[in-house]
Amino acid sequence: MERIRVLIAKVGLDGHDRGAKVLARFLRDAGFEVIYTGLHRTPQEVARAAVDEDVDVVGISLLSGAHIPLVPRVIQYIREYGGNPDEMLILVGGTIPHDDFPKLREAGVDGIFIPGTPISEIIKFIKEELPKKRKGKSK
Amino acid sequence: MGEMVEKIKEKRKEWEEECLEPWLSKSEREIKKFETLSGIEIADIYDPSDIAHIDFLRDIGYPGQFPFTRGVYPTMYRGRLWTMRLFSGFGTAEDTNRRWKMLLEEGETGLSTAFDFPTLMGLDSDDPLADGEVGKCGVAVDTLKDFEILFDGIPLDKVSTSFTINPPAGIILAMYTAIGDMQRVPRDKIRGTIQNDMFKEFHAQNTIVLPPEPSLKIIVDIFEWGVKNVPKFNLISISGYHIREAGSTAVQELAFTIADGMAYVEAAIERGIDIDKLAPQLSFFFNSHNDFFEEIAKFRAARRMWAKIMKDIYGAKDPRSWWMKFHVQTAGCTLTAQQPLNNIVRVTIQALAAVLGGCQSLHTNSFDEAWALPSEEAVRVALRTQQIIAYESGVANVVDPLAGSYYVEWLTDKMERLAWKYIEKIKEMGNGSMVKGVLKGIENGFFIREISDSAARYQKEIEEGSRIIVGVNRFKIEEDLRIPLLKVDPEVQRRQIERLKKVKAERDNKAVKENLEWIRSCCENNENVMPAVFEAVKSYATIGEIMGTFKQVYGTYRKPIII
Repeated sequence: MERIRVLIAKVGLDGHDRGAKVLARFLRDAGFEVIYTGLHRTPQEVARAAVDEDVDVVGISLLSGAHIPLVPRVIQYIREYGGNPDEMLILVGGTIPHDDFPKLREAGVDGIFIPGTPISEIIKFIKEELPKKRKGKSK
Repeated sequence: MGEMVEKIKEKRKEWEEECLEPWLSKSEREIKKFETLSGIEIADIYDPSDIAHIDFLRDIGYPGQFPFTRGVYPTMYRGRLWTMRLFSGFGTAEDTNRRWKMLLEEGETGLSTAFDFPTLMGLDSDDPLADGEVGKCGVAVDTLKDFEILFDGIPLDKVSTSFTINPPAGIILAMYTAIGDMQRVPRDKIRGTIQNDMFKEFHAQNTIVLPPEPSLKIIVDIFEWGVKNVPKFNLISISGYHIREAGSTAVQELAFTIADGMAYVEAAIERGIDIDKLAPQLSFFFNSHNDFFEEIAKFRAARRMWAKIMKDIYGAKDPRSWWMKFHVQTAGCTLTAQQPLNNIVRVTIQALAAVLGGCQSLHTNSFDEAWALPSEEAVRVALRTQQIIAYESGVANVVDPLAGSYYVEWLTDKMERLAWKYIEKIKEMGNGSMVKGVLKGIENGFFIREISDSAARYQKEIEEGSRIIVGVNRFKIEEDLRIPLLKVDPEVQRRQIERLKKVKAERDNKAVKENLEWIRSCCENNENVMPAVFEAVKSYATIGEIMGTFKQVYGTYRKPIII
């Protein structure tokens, strides 16, 4: 099986990058191909990277409370730039209040991970859920 | 003394062989390796032989006297309790003003401002990059008008205010000074703190606009202006808090914070600022994490180190200049989203460590902050936690009550030694200059790499289960996590942009333009920018316009990507 390509992204003005960086490092050590965007990216920049790098998974980290509207915008721009978010696994991690879960899922988010989630759980989620999303993906 | 120590060493050996080892050979230990959270290996027990190298009068001494291990004031909390200061802000200036008044009514004794991300990054609320973030994780401020609303009914001569802000710190200081002038408060009665510590932004917190060198230049401008204009205001809060939150160990937090502090002092001396004038206007900010004794040792070591540095290395003459005053915040990164009420207990232990470590002011986190900004109820519990420690527990009755504990004194000394090693290394990187050493470490990724490696190590321990986090990797339950949370009004952005438009329409735009030109010429001619910033603020120039002028001259900065 080819290596799973993951984009780890920080979107918006939030500077908290501990979680994103630790996750990127652990995914890389677990055999994933990881691209980290660095800080302070706009939704357009993240979407552009996801499409250009033809990734399988987009993991967006936010601890700023700005996940709505920024996350739905990333998904919208992926589509606009010719990518297909329905075939990607879209993950969000950070301080996300429960009330916002439905809105994020509706926008196309597949997995939401709150602080304290073991990384092993995220890896398991990717391995189980990605094949379902890939169905019909001619790759 | 020496003879006694020899005797104790002998007895200790005897105890280990005759008592401890037979016991261990019969019983299995649940934990195999004992170390502090920072990875310092610790023994079963400590006795006088472990601290025989520590001289009571030289290294511990009395509070209010060099080297201040036991506290900066002779009476500590018997004289006055620490300032209970909760970091707080959301929505518009009106929303935050209301929350502040509630906190003051409930017994809070100082204010502390949380700004939203656009303000922290020096962007106006109508900037495209601010879209979706206005008022979200702090209060939105664009112009002096917002400050007028924020401090409505809050007398600046009675309450001190802390401002967690960095690239636009000088602008915020100018706004606060202007509010003080409007309230006719004498300048020497204006008290508070601006964080104004860019080095730790480059190491850890990432609120970065300008490159490191111009950032430092503006910080020193603020020092120069501040000692003349607001003599009781803390012009910087040299911060380890964020370094720790980004994943460093306690030793790294201690070492990097003090190294940064030394670099700021050296830069100020280079500018020709009198160190004894500046020193009382320096303050520090530390994290209080989970390892109770390690945190207490860290606070005591920090005070001792700073006193020696100011007196012996930089030659400050006034004993007042040797004080390290510091604020503490309990560790946000230890809050769990799971079983959130458990966080109240974590915060209590961390706050107790800060108090036993002799802090001057304290923020206690709210139990719901792994989910959102705190609700009113959660903030109240956080404040009550401090009040219970202060008024019910009795720990504030005696100064530095843990002094003389073999373990605490050993650990205080150990942390100091380990921190010095890092500081020596940084000094070497700068060929003897701490300014150059810190700038070098920023440029070559030294600090980022050190912190990232520690963060990864910590996470690995959690993943493996060798580090237990209650409710996260042990003692888990099925639970309904829908707790009542604070919701920021989604209309905030629209209302804030409207206000900004109105201010821009009503102000004297010619004066604004002239003041911005003045700022530009100060930047270009390497003059102090603060007099011009103060005038610009009073003419209702926006934060975005002033920071924008800096950016045009100095450019912007993106830090190296190192995971």
